[in-house]
Order: sequence, then C-alpha cells, then structure tokens
Amino acid sequence: MGLAALWLAAALAALQLIGGFLSLRLPGNPLEPVVRPTAIVQAALVAVAFACLIAVFWRTDLSVALVAENSHSAKPLLYKIAGAWGNHEGSMLLWVTIMALAGGCVALLERRLPERTILATLAAQAFVSLGFYAFLLIASNPFARLDPAAPEGQGLNPLLQDPGLAFHPPTLYIGYVGLSVAFSFAVGALLTREVSPAFARAMRPWVLGAWIFLTLGITAGSYWAYYELGWGGWWFWDPVENASLMPWLAATALLHSVSVLASRNALRAWTVMLGVVAFAMSMIGTFLVRSGVLTSVHAFAVDPERGTFILALLTINIGAALTIFALRAGTVSEGERFAVVSRESALVFNNVMLTAILGIVLLGTLYPLLAEALGAQVSVGPPYFNPATAVFVLPMLVVMAIGPLLRWRRDQFARVRPVLILPLLVLIGVAIWLTIYGLHVLPLLGIALGTGLLMVALVPLRGRRLRTVTLPLWGMVVAHFGIGVALLGVACDSAFSTEKLVAARVGETVAVGPWLVRLSRIEPVAGPNWTALEATLAASYSGAAADELKPQARSFWTPVQQTNESAILTRWNGQLYTVLGEEADDGRWQLRLWWKPFVTLIWLGGMLVALGGALALLGRVASDWRRAIAAGKIVYRRQRQGRG
Amino acid sequence: MSTAIKPKHQRLVLVLAALAALIAAALLAAWALRNQASYFYLPAEMATKPPAADRAVRLGGMVETGSLTTAPDGVTISFIVGDGKAKVPVMFTGITPDLFKEGSGVVAEGHRRADGTFVADNLLAKHDEKYVPREMQQMSNGEAHQKVEATK
Repeated sequence: MGLAALWLAAALAALQLIGGFLSLRLPGNPLEPVVRPTAIVQAALVAVAFACLIAVFWRTDLSVALVAENSHSAKPLLYKIAGAWGNHEGSMLLWVTIMALAGGCVALLERRLPERTILATLAAQAFVSLGFYAFLLIASNPFARLDPAAPEGQGLNPLLQDPGLAFHPPTLYIGYVGLSVAFSFAVGALLTREVSPAFARAMRPWVLGAWIFLTLGITAGSYWAYYELGWGGWWFWDPVENASLMPWLAATALLHSVSVLASRNALRAWTVMLGVVAFAMSMIGTFLVRSGVLTSVHAFAVDPERGTFILALLTINIGAALTIFALRAGTVSEGERFAVVSRESALVFNNVMLTAILGIVLLGTLYPLLAEALGAQVSVGPPYFNPATAVFVLPMLVVMAIGPLLRWRRDQFARVRPVLILPLLVLIGVAIWLTIYGLHVLPLLGIALGTGLLMVALVPLRGRRLRTVTLPLWGMVVAHFGIGVALLGVACDSAFSTEKLVAARVGETVAVGPWLVRLSRIEPVAGPNWTALEATLAASYSGAAADELKPQARSFWTPVQQTNESAILTRWNGQLYTVLGEEADDGRWQLRLWWKPFVTLIWLGGMLVALGGALALLGRVASDWRRAIAAGKIVYRRQRQGRG
Repeated sequence: MSTAIKPKHQRLVLVLAALAALIAAALLAAWALRNQASYFYLPAEMATKPPAADRAVRLGGMVETGSLTTAPDGVTISFIVGDGKAKVPVMFTGITPDLFKEGSGVVAEGHRRADGTFVADNLLAKHDEKYVPREMQQMSNGEAHQKVEATK
C-alpha cells in the first residue's frame, strides 16, 4: 500500500512537471489548471506512504527488509518509530515527503506571484522530486519484502538511540528541503524572468523557515555530539557536521540577500545564484552523509551505487539550474544602486564573507576525497578549519555589529560612530583585562568581540518605543544577540576549560577547576536493551553541598557495542562533564572530568538565533496575512458595490 | 560619490570584490590544507620517510600482541603498532575506545616525537562491521588478516 501510494505520487509529480513546463511554452493549455491540485494530491499520497513506513516500524513487521535490518522488537517505542527515518531508505522517503508537503503548501497558499512563475516553480519542484522518486523506487525501495520474514531484527546503532537524535534528522531535513523550495522559486523566477521584490517576498518565508530548522538542527546535533560521544568537544569539523553547516552558511547568506532584494530591489542575480547554491549544498550534504564516501560516526552505510545515484541527481539538478542561470543571468536587469557606506554594502560584505567561509569548509570537507582519488590518504581537522574560518568570521562579525545601524542606500559612517564608542571601549577594556589574564589570541578576540556584539546587537532598539518595534526587527536583534552569546560560549569554553584524566579508587577524591569530585561507588545496572557499569560521583562546587552524577559505561547487545554515557552537571556558570572509562588492572577506574565555564552559552546562543528567525518569520507571515485579508476585503467590497 | 558610479560599473565592482574575496579564501584554504591536512601513514612508511616532528599525522596498523602496557598513573598506555614490516611505539593518555585491544586494528591520530615514539591524541578502533575507519576498512579486505598473522 505504501509502495502503491509512492508510485502514484511519482506519476503525479511527472504530470506536475509536464503541466508546469507546458504552461511556460503554451499559456492557457489544458494542463495548466491541474498543476496546483496535482501538487497537493501528490503531497497527500507521499504522506500516506510515509505513514505506512512508520506503521510497519511501529508493529516491527519483520517481513519488511528495512525493518529487519534496522529495528528490533525489544527496542523502546520511540526508537522504533524514529528507526523509520534512522536509515538510508527511510530518510530518503522522509526527504521526498517533506519536499512534496512543501510543494503542496506552495500550491495551496502562494497567490502573490504571477501564475506563470508559480507554475514554473512547481515544475522545478516536481523535477527535483522526480529524481528522488526514481531513486527510491529503483535503487532503494523502503518497502522491499523479506521472504521468509526474519526471526528478529538487527537493531539500531546504539549511538543513535537517544531521544535528541530521534528528532535531529527530521529537523535538518526540513531545513534541507525548505531550501529546495527556495531553489525552485529561483529557477521558476529565472524561467519567467520575474526576479522582483515580490519574488523575494514570496521566497523569504521559506528561506527563513528552512534556516530556523537548520539552526535548530545544528544546535541540537552539536549538543548531541557533546554529551553522547564523550569527548567533551562540541564541534569536530566532522564531514557530516560540515554537511549541515554548509547549507546553513548558504542559507544565512541567502536570507540576508533576499531581504536586500525584497526591500531595496538590488542584488537580483546574486540572490538567485545563492538560492541555487544553498540547495546544491543541501544535496552535497545528503550525498556526503548518505553515500558512505566518508567515515564518521554518522555515515555507516557503504553502498557505492547509492552514492553514484545521489551524485547523478546532484549533477543533473544543479547543472540544469546553473545552465539556466548562465543563459538567463544576463537578462536579469540591473538592481538599484547603493553607496559604499550603506546597509546594502554591509549585507554584501556579509554575503561575501559567508560565501568565503562556505568555500573554505567545502574545500576542507572534499579535500580528503580528492586526495584519495589521487592515491593519498589525508584527513583534515580543526588545525585547518579553526584558523582558516576565523580569518573570515571575525571581520564578518564586526560588520554584523555595524551593518544594522546603517541606513539603506547611502549613509555617513560618522553618523553611527557615537553609538559605537561605548561598545568599542568595552571591547578594548575586556581585551586588555584578558591580555593581563594571559590568553591565546583567538579566545581573547572571541570574548572581547562577543561582549561587544552583545551590546551593539541591542543598539537598533535604542530610541524606539519597545512596543512599536516590529517583529522582524526583534527577530534580527535577537538573532544577532544570539550570535554574540554563542561566540562568548565558544571562546569561554576554549579559554577556561580545565580537564582531568585520572585512575581513581572507590572513595578517592579528584579536584578539577573549582570542583571536588569523589568516586563513591561503582555498580552494575540494566536497561531495556543494555547493561552498564554505573559510577556514582559526589561533586561539590567550592565546598558547597555535593551533587550526584552517574556516568555509565554501557554495553548494548543488539548490535553488540559499547558506549560511554557521560553525566553532566549544569550550573548557571558552566558544566561539569564526567565520563567513566575502563577498570585498570589494580582495581582503579579511569575517570575523565571537565569543568567547562559558560559552555552552555553556545547552545543558548544557537536557540536565540533560531528564536530570532522564528520571530522574523512570524512577523512576515502575520503582515502578509493582514495584507491578504485587507486585499480580500477590498475585493469583497467592490463586488458588493458592483452588485448594488 | 555613488553618483559618479554607473549601475553597470557598480555591478562590475561588486563582482570583482566578491571574486577577490573568494580567491583569497581559496588561496588561504589551499595554503592551510598543505600545512594542516594530516596524512595517513603505515608503520613501514613511518620508518622509511618519517614525517616532521610535531606535524599532525595518522598512523594505522595492528596493535601487536603482548605489547600493551599501562603506566602507573592508570590512564597512560603504550603499545606497538606494526604492519608486518615495521614497528612503531605509541603512547596514549586517555580512555581507550571500546574495541581497542591487542591483535586488532587501530588508527592513531597524533604526531611523531623526535625520539621515534608516536604520541597519540586520539585512537580510532574498529567499532563493528558497519563503522570502520576508512583506512582500516581497506586493510580489512584480506590485508588485515595477513598483517595480524604477521605480527603474531
């Protein structure tokens, strides 16, 4: 049944594609009115297929090959359901599902643009979807049967059995696929030569939505890596992390250039280009994660055929889009002009810097693959990424602080100077104070700049009555403030963290930072599908009453694997992070302890950034809504007058 | 000022500025990659053409049976990684990965000290059949077994 729904949906996507493109050539052809309903029905059908997949995972129907390979009857229900998208085929189905739903929403809701542009957009969307349908139906059918049914499933990788991770992939996918809508809009607008502020306004909510989900997904993924992998780090420049970071960088750039296009009608070709690039990054991300060309904690399915297929899809989609872009870019007329000192310039600077960072991350991520093709095995890690990206991140953040204060079109730098003096003084003060403290350059710059950013981010609110500030402005202020908060967290973590690695006897006390940690006892515990050794630690902060932490060394039996479950104690000013290792020969236990001051600010900042995005989205949608209602009223009144 | 710039020129200036920044980024990336990418070595390669001290590299091979010792602090271990042709002593401080054991494969990330000892910051062991460091995976196709045999 799921399969049948999938075939039907694919057929409808083909119809949508043909109808959409035909309407470009032959306006008023009979297929034109069917395009929108087709998109909606297609969305409904895929949703049914996806529901079927969840149902077989829920029941643990072992006659379905995918279930037998990735699930187990002894798994907790949440992970049974999450197992539906925790694997290759399921995640691809999730991808087309979200994509079709997004297409359906565009078809249902978007009425502002010329009908031709919408049809072209839906056709582009169908084109991309069709590729994925072909992929699902030919190369990786999620509903393939096993005959006879397997006696028991193989289970899900225990590292992935975590409540946070059940929601992490769908969040990222929504982000990836939201960018596919931006991509389709860009292609649609190019095909019909309608690159206008109206186009930017129609595209903006999708970019914002995708960007919010990407931000949330990355923040959650980073926290997951932090507490689950037990290495005490929060970002590893792991290729799969980069795979989610690159679309985010592109989406961030797109978000800013779209707002220039929407309000100032400039940066037209550039915005369209970014729309294509952002989705290209999503596809590259999917390719990297799902093709198995990389080794990382996430990528454990190795299947060259699938990799080739995704690569082919990537080449076709992006190649086609770039060809259209190359053919049509010249016909996209010039945008409005602006001066060197203006908000547009600041946003252009932001875009260029983001693109540069994107390039650096992309090169660093792909370089090992290129090198391997040439016969050398190479890995690229933090020693490359940290300094190379910092070179561009720091100037970008400075401009981010100033940009929102500038006026559109043309401005004098002298006008904003007085506002900046106080934050600048604070920044210098902090820097001097920290130099006395004896810090490395990067953390120092980070903390100083972070503090400055926190202040400057609030400046746009100065002189306004808070109740009259619009939601999008609030969104920008909150998001920029969040960047400052996250930067502070990152810098504090790298500047002030202390680490202790010891072998301790039961009853022994270890000091780390301001903490005294006592190993009280070690005892075995059992969970639904694992057993573990659990240490009980009594930790007291500067002589205060002790709190208990219980890190575990877990052994899963389906599949057989061991993980270290860290235990974390959060205070307002940081986190104590503990990991239990192995028993040494003489009865001592390995313990790894970190005191990480203000590390939580990293994820708090990430959440603030997402919240800022959500506020902006809410504001835009609300104002669109009001405008639509107002327009509706006018039409209604005219009709009544006409009748009267 | 902007009155003097024609629209066409403005676009040109923007494109040039963007290009300049991107080229700078690419150059920086290429330069940093040459210096910072960490290359993968087998023990035999490490013996014949050792990398510069303090340069981050990865060393992959089999943990020799009987070579694993734990220092009195309980958290520092040393062992020998071999590939049947050469042997490299390795030192590591930390919690070892779960499937790290004698006679099985390992990839050590770290640098080679001037005295020839490899100081590892991180160890990657063979986790299970599905998740294997890429270098180990190629080895496991027959080659690994030979190597284990050879080091016995």
